[in-house]
Amino acid sequence: MKPLVQIRDLTIGFPQDGSVTPVVRGIDLTIHMGETVALVGESGSGKSVTARSLIGLSGAEASVGAGRFEIDGQSVLGFRERDWRRLRGDKIGFVLQDALVSLDPLRRISQQLTDAAGGSGFFRRQNAARDNRALLQSVGIPDPDRRLAQYPHQLSGGLRQRALIATAIARSPSLLIADEPTTALDATVQKQILDLLAERSKAGQTLLLISHDLAVVSRLADRVLVMRQGRIVEEGPTRTILTAPEHPYTRQLLDAVPSVRSRGFRLSAGSEPEANGSVEARPAERLRIPLPPKRIDETSLVLSASHLVKRYGGASGTFAVNDVSFHLAAGEALGIVGESGSGKTTVAKIVLGLVEPDSGTVQIDGEAWSHVGEAQRRSRRASMQLIAQDALSSFDPRYTVEQIVGESLDTVGMFGEARRQRVGEVLDAVRLGPSFLKRYPRDLSGGQRQRVAIARAFAPRPRLLVADEPVSALDVSVQAQVLDLLAELQAASGTSLLFISHDLGVVNHLTDRVLVMKDGRVVETGQVEQVFASPHHSYTRALLDAVPVLA
Amino acid sequence: MDPQNTTAIRRSPAAWLPERLGLKRGGLALQIAARIGSGLLVLWAAVTLSFVSLQLAPGDIVSLLIGEQLRTPEVEATIRAEWGLDAPLPLQYLSYLSRILHGDFGRSYILQTDVTGLVLSQMLPTLKLTAAALVVALVFAVASAVSTAGRRVPRAIAGALELTLVSTPSFWLGILLLFVFSFTLKLFPVSGDRSFSALVLPALALGLSLGAVVGQVLREGLERALEEPFALTVRSWGTSDLVLRLRHCLRHAALPAVTLTGWLVGNLLSGAVITESVFGRPGLGRVTVEAVLGHDLPVVLAVAILSAFVYVALSTLVDVLYLLLDPRLRDESRETGR
Repeated sequence: MKPLVQIRDLTIGFPQDGSVTPVVRGIDLTIHMGETVALVGESGSGKSVTARSLIGLSGAEASVGAGRFEIDGQSVLGFRERDWRRLRGDKIGFVLQDALVSLDPLRRISQQLTDAAGGSGFFRRQNAARDNRALLQSVGIPDPDRRLAQYPHQLSGGLRQRALIATAIARSPSLLIADEPTTALDATVQKQILDLLAERSKAGQTLLLISHDLAVVSRLADRVLVMRQGRIVEEGPTRTILTAPEHPYTRQLLDAVPSVRSRGFRLSAGSEPEANGSVEARPAERLRIPLPPKRIDETSLVLSASHLVKRYGGASGTFAVNDVSFHLAAGEALGIVGESGSGKTTVAKIVLGLVEPDSGTVQIDGEAWSHVGEAQRRSRRASMQLIAQDALSSFDPRYTVEQIVGESLDTVGMFGEARRQRVGEVLDAVRLGPSFLKRYPRDLSGGQRQRVAIARAFAPRPRLLVADEPVSALDVSVQAQVLDLLAELQAASGTSLLFISHDLGVVNHLTDRVLVMKDGRVVETGQVEQVFASPHHSYTRALLDAVPVLA
Repeated sequence: MDPQNTTAIRRSPAAWLPERLGLKRGGLALQIAARIGSGLLVLWAAVTLSFVSLQLAPGDIVSLLIGEQLRTPEVEATIRAEWGLDAPLPLQYLSYLSRILHGDFGRSYILQTDVTGLVLSQMLPTLKLTAAALVVALVFAVASAVSTAGRRVPRAIAGALELTLVSTPSFWLGILLLFVFSFTLKLFPVSGDRSFSALVLPALALGLSLGAVVGQVLREGLERALEEPFALTVRSWGTSDLVLRLRHCLRHAALPAVTLTGWLVGNLLSGAVITESVFGRPGLGRVTVEAVLGHDLPVVLAVAILSAFVYVALSTLVDVLYLLLDPRLRDESRETGR
């Protein structure tokens, strides 16, 4: 039987400074009917561009060349825009990440489904309402009539992503491409979306999955292609790739996934991966480097919170935080896990003194922290630092890296030569050399930005570090580096860490104790090993279930 | 159409619009009411200000109101009676307010006519011109933005054309248009306001530069929207580029353009004076200029209040359009209003 997609020697380049910079350098891709193929690699590996070239949307400036490029037996080399248009939606459906921006925010779900199904022009089909309802049902959206009339921002993240998938399959395409379909979703929602895709695959849908995370695709894919710097470095059946990877880069991607086994060990390779060029031929077997040991001083409580309550919208409003108590010893790392809306970020804000609790108290180093004037707090603020999820927006875009990191030393009154020295020290600790001092945040990659944020947080030698989803916007391989850094620096400095995340895998890797939150309440708490080995609450079990594992 | 909406239609036409907009608890009606309320406040302030300025102006109020008309005891007596000048100040103010509320802007002693009638009769041609200019502007802006956004060479050409139009004064454009189409080609009348064809050239003269400004903003917005991830999704459905632009991106681009247009249309009313003179059209602009030059205070005050009204109406309209265009704003203001 002829394969659905057959590509030989695909090259894609973009013009830059007068010459063409290759992004995809001669890859072969074959997808058979009914198969699920995964293309895995980190940002910039060329995987998204490759996927987009399959529907002729790699961009107006891209130059696409191939020895052979056939879709459904038809050569698409030399296709014009109108030829591509006939293919899109009809033969190939396309799902992007983050439906909040990938669906038109100004149009109703029903309108968008009709747009997707409606073919060309302004004339609409009959029975559109019935078709739309059936479509939403087929992607597992309950109460479709209500959802049809809503706008994307009125749906939850999971429903939104389902609606986006519904638009892509509106005309039952033979191939469905999903480009990072679950990135930016909570673990439990991610699992639901993956299950939905698995269901469709079982029903005979051909799938091409694009992801940076081997664990995410490992449940679904029949075959995995590992892509790096525009080339396929390894290709094979999923099982083989997971159990016996040949290429060191595949090994690196596998190691980067935090798991029970990785606890206490580094996730990233000891040396920084080469910026360009190939990875040197290291043995591919697992060589875990242990993380430095921590010193936890149980007798000295850095942070203690008791019976925190916060409700928004007045006395009849909803509880964001409902009777939450915890403590954090010096040098300890405490994880707070929960989905969006569980109240974990509000807890972080209360701890940081940005939100005043309605009742309950926070003590820092044994002294009252909540319900005291800001003037009394200000001098103590330097002992407490925050690492935010989106590093870029937490920087002043007009500051250089040196200024950004140095800024945090204002509060401890460190200026001049001492400041310059300390900035150099912490940048060194996060493995950013002196060449980064004069650079601006927009010129940095996502991982580098997060490392600058970490350096800034550690610079004033805080007693307590609050990290709110610091790695959830990062690729798995970059996440691995950032987590390793955090673990190392935390151990070396003896700083206490309050680590907030929706990802149990990450929390498991980094923290000593964990607090599971749901709807503003703590449903389970305990030592990480214990909670993971024998969860008591059904919600914890659901969260654990949702963690993508290499299987 | 889904069943929810059909029941809404059956209920009542007034309930249909908010439901259609996804507002179940009268949110939109409330928001619009709030905006109209604040608009009324502004109008009241404008009326009060005009009353105060009359009181504070140097000289005797009677001679201010008479203007350059001959002052006779009869006229003076009429004015005193009309403005209630013998009554105490608060009473004068209240009677002034009540007259304005009843649409009575007093009498112009220079023109020997009722101000309300005069202004209304002159407003119609100006409104006609403004509306026609707005149509020209919008057609030009949308056509230019949609056809050139994101396309390098066409966008450079359109940009140059728009820059020329923006930097050409409307009277100069008017004279050029007159010269070409009226004197040389004899396609349109030279002056007056007797037929629709007389409206074409002034509307072009006034509307093109407006359209050029709005077009630039619209194009920028379109280009931003075309770069959004949703544009990629829409393209992946096999939608044509034109449909993507018109059905999806134009609405995104319209948000900033609507603000600008509202503001510019407000300006048009005063900016129309020159165009009206060039084309020999009647209109509010000319009346205003003559009233100012002739110190015809009742007319000037009426025009001042009227222009305040126009600005309030336009800004309310812009706010409401925003709510209609962007469903996210409706929910946001509903949440904060809760």
